[in-house]
Amino acid sequence: MWRYLLPLVAFIVLVVFLSVGLSLDPKKIPSPLIGKPAPTFSLPDLHDAEKIVSPESMKGQVWVLNVWASWCVSCRAEHSILNELVRSNKDIKLVGLNYKDTLWKGRSWLQQRGNPYYANAFDKEGRVGIDWGVYGVPETFVIDAEGYVRYKHTGPLNWQSVQQELLPILKELSTKKQVGAKYENHI
Amino acid sequence: MLPEIGHFALILALCMALFQAVLPLWGAAVNNHQYMAVAKSAAQGHLLFVLISFAALTAAFITHDFSVAYVAHNSNSALPLLYRVSAVWGAHEGSLLLWALILVLWTNAVLLFSKNLPREMVARVVAVLGLISIGFILFMLFTSNPFDRLMIVPADGRDLNPLLQDFGLAIHPPMLYLGYVGFAVPFSFAIAAMLGGRLDAAWAKWSRPWTSIAWMFLTLGITLGSWWAYYELGWGGWWFWDPVENASFMPWLIGLALIHSLAATEKRNVFKAWTVLLAIIAFSLSLLGTFLVRSGVLTSVHAFATDPTRGVFILIFLVLVVGGSLALYAFRAPKIKSTGEFQLFSRETALLLNNIILVVACASILLGTLYPLLLDALNLGKISVGPPYFNSVFVPLTAPLAVLLGVGVFLRWKKDEPQRVLGLLMLPAVISIVTGVILSLLLPEFKVAAMIGLILAVWVAVATGYQFYSRVNKNKKLTTALLEIPKGFYGMTLAHIGVSVFIVGITLTSLYSQEKDVRLEPGQTYQLGDYEFEFRGVIQNQGANYVANEGLVIVRKDGEVIQEMKPQKRIYRVQKMPMTEAAIDAGVSRDLFVALGEQLDSKGAWSVRLYVKPFIRWIWLGAIIMGLGGLLAAFDRRYRSVKIKQSVDSESDAGVTV
Repeated sequence: MWRYLLPLVAFIVLVVFLSVGLSLDPKKIPSPLIGKPAPTFSLPDLHDAEKIVSPESMKGQVWVLNVWASWCVSCRAEHSILNELVRSNKDIKLVGLNYKDTLWKGRSWLQQRGNPYYANAFDKEGRVGIDWGVYGVPETFVIDAEGYVRYKHTGPLNWQSVQQELLPILKELSTKKQVGAKYENHI
Repeated sequence: MLPEIGHFALILALCMALFQAVLPLWGAAVNNHQYMAVAKSAAQGHLLFVLISFAALTAAFITHDFSVAYVAHNSNSALPLLYRVSAVWGAHEGSLLLWALILVLWTNAVLLFSKNLPREMVARVVAVLGLISIGFILFMLFTSNPFDRLMIVPADGRDLNPLLQDFGLAIHPPMLYLGYVGFAVPFSFAIAAMLGGRLDAAWAKWSRPWTSIAWMFLTLGITLGSWWAYYELGWGGWWFWDPVENASFMPWLIGLALIHSLAATEKRNVFKAWTVLLAIIAFSLSLLGTFLVRSGVLTSVHAFATDPTRGVFILIFLVLVVGGSLALYAFRAPKIKSTGEFQLFSRETALLLNNIILVVACASILLGTLYPLLLDALNLGKISVGPPYFNSVFVPLTAPLAVLLGVGVFLRWKKDEPQRVLGLLMLPAVISIVTGVILSLLLPEFKVAAMIGLILAVWVAVATGYQFYSRVNKNKKLTTALLEIPKGFYGMTLAHIGVSVFIVGITLTSLYSQEKDVRLEPGQTYQLGDYEFEFRGVIQNQGANYVANEGLVIVRKDGEVIQEMKPQKRIYRVQKMPMTEAAIDAGVSRDLFVALGEQLDSKGAWSVRLYVKPFIRWIWLGAIIMGLGGLLAAFDRRYRSVKIKQSVDSESDAGVTV
């Protein structure tokens, strides 16, 4: 008798998970990092192991950190948007964090799909990802000229999020940067 | 005015669906013939109103009625007519309307071909289909009305997603939905049979053609999707284990299991409860697929319509339909007795193994698809399960299926002798090993995996061919003997040959594809395999609603020009979305694939992606052959001459075991 109930029980468990999943909005994960100094790292560049990529080297300019991986399905959709974003806004400094990937796969991905990145930190073990609180790939952060994290987007960027969130924030931060060093950080 | 008519017709269709669901069900319960007879006229009215609604939306697209929000979001005055029509199902609201239309088309098809079935059975099947339809129409009216108007009419529309402006994708969703929704028919038969307590061989016989046809459409739909992804996304792959692909693949696997278990249930009266469960699961997975795609629970390339309120509605619907039918199953199944008996070494066992493998394969895909979601719900973080998991789980699981196929077709029902079968199998086994080894030695590079794949492919083909040969009556004239073989048997043979072709395709494509991304200046050449690609440069080109950079690549083999290829990089004007249109030279034994990457410098150098893909067409060809096999099997004569031996009203005949 009981074995005939099994499918129903399994289904009920599934429904519970689905309904919890429904109430989670992947785009609304609060990041404790917002307003905090960007976690530091020092990683080799994907294309040149001699070159070191670190947040320190980006100080004084507004930059974008994009976490990606060649094994990530959503990154495929996001990639063409990144290409277009950098092409139409030449002054954006887009730094990639190639997360838990291999050199070869990461490189050929960029070769195949175009390379919008200014530099690409190669985080093989994913340790830097942990420091940055990376939930999943892709994720995108905006860091201001003082080195503070100002914005985080979880999941693939789309045109809407680029136009309505990313670009306005970048614009606002770069104006502040121009206004000068007087800018104070309000946490 | 027309959109309002469409909206109103949808509401009337809902009323018809209510009649179609409630009265026949009631009539079947109290044995009232008049109530049961409502099924037919209600289903016809239902069809009429959904058709009007669908036509109204199509008309809004054709006439550029941008006051309709859905049209404004998914069309543009420069959009060609073909894509204006296919844009009707290009996004969420319209694709639901297509779902509803296909469901009511299936319902009427069931009515048309079920004249010989008992009255209660037809009434219940049509009523269950009506219940499903109610859910979908309510979903549309409450959360996703395609006829909503905009307060301010825009001057022009936002255009159809450029990815969808393609012939392959214009026909992909209808095919896929015909398959998804088609599983509603065996589902309804199973529910109706449980309600009425008629779970006999006749029930399996009625369900079989519908299952085969639905599975055929699903096969073609998935194939079209795979083909589209190959040439349109510019990735050169044919399967990505994307959640949305998985959502269509899971019902396909269960549908395949259902086809095989129905055969055993009809012929031998075994696995009844199991078959009912499969019929429920196949349709549940179709609904789950809709839920996964439409709710935004899983983020995926395909999820172009995501909205949590819709998710909640679908989830409730899912609970009612799947939960309800599984509860009914839990209540009824203990009383279902399978009367047939069989021994361990028999075709029944082989079919059972086939079912276990398919169900486990499906479960592993379900796990991989939902695992990120489960972890997330348990607050264990977000992860992404990628192709490595699916490939390492799925391939070892399904390779034994090909071995089993060859053995299974030789086994007799009920009981067989291992010695006899072993003797029969010796020759085909030797032939396939020898042929497979020879073929793999002819390949440019010897690989063990390729050898195994080719042996399996030959094994499936030889076993299938040999089985067919043994079926031909040697004492009669060949043509008479061939005509005597039922279409069902032809269908099975064809489908199994399709499996063989498919195995050749995936083995050779995945092991021998060559790909290279190169920087080419105009005039430069690159040698890949036997082919020399000469890049001649890029020119600007204008399309109806896009501008394109078009490259010219001359391909030579042994110094002779064999093809001029023109890959494009398009920017669609309205959505500013860059699109890669790869140039493909298709061939039986290989595809050449050229895609433009980015312009690299002012000298006219581009990054160019070159592929040589051996035997990739065989993947889709194999799938199409499988689908045609399913179609052929559905037209077997015996499904049309269903005779009801016992009187309709008696509940005590031998076949009834509930």
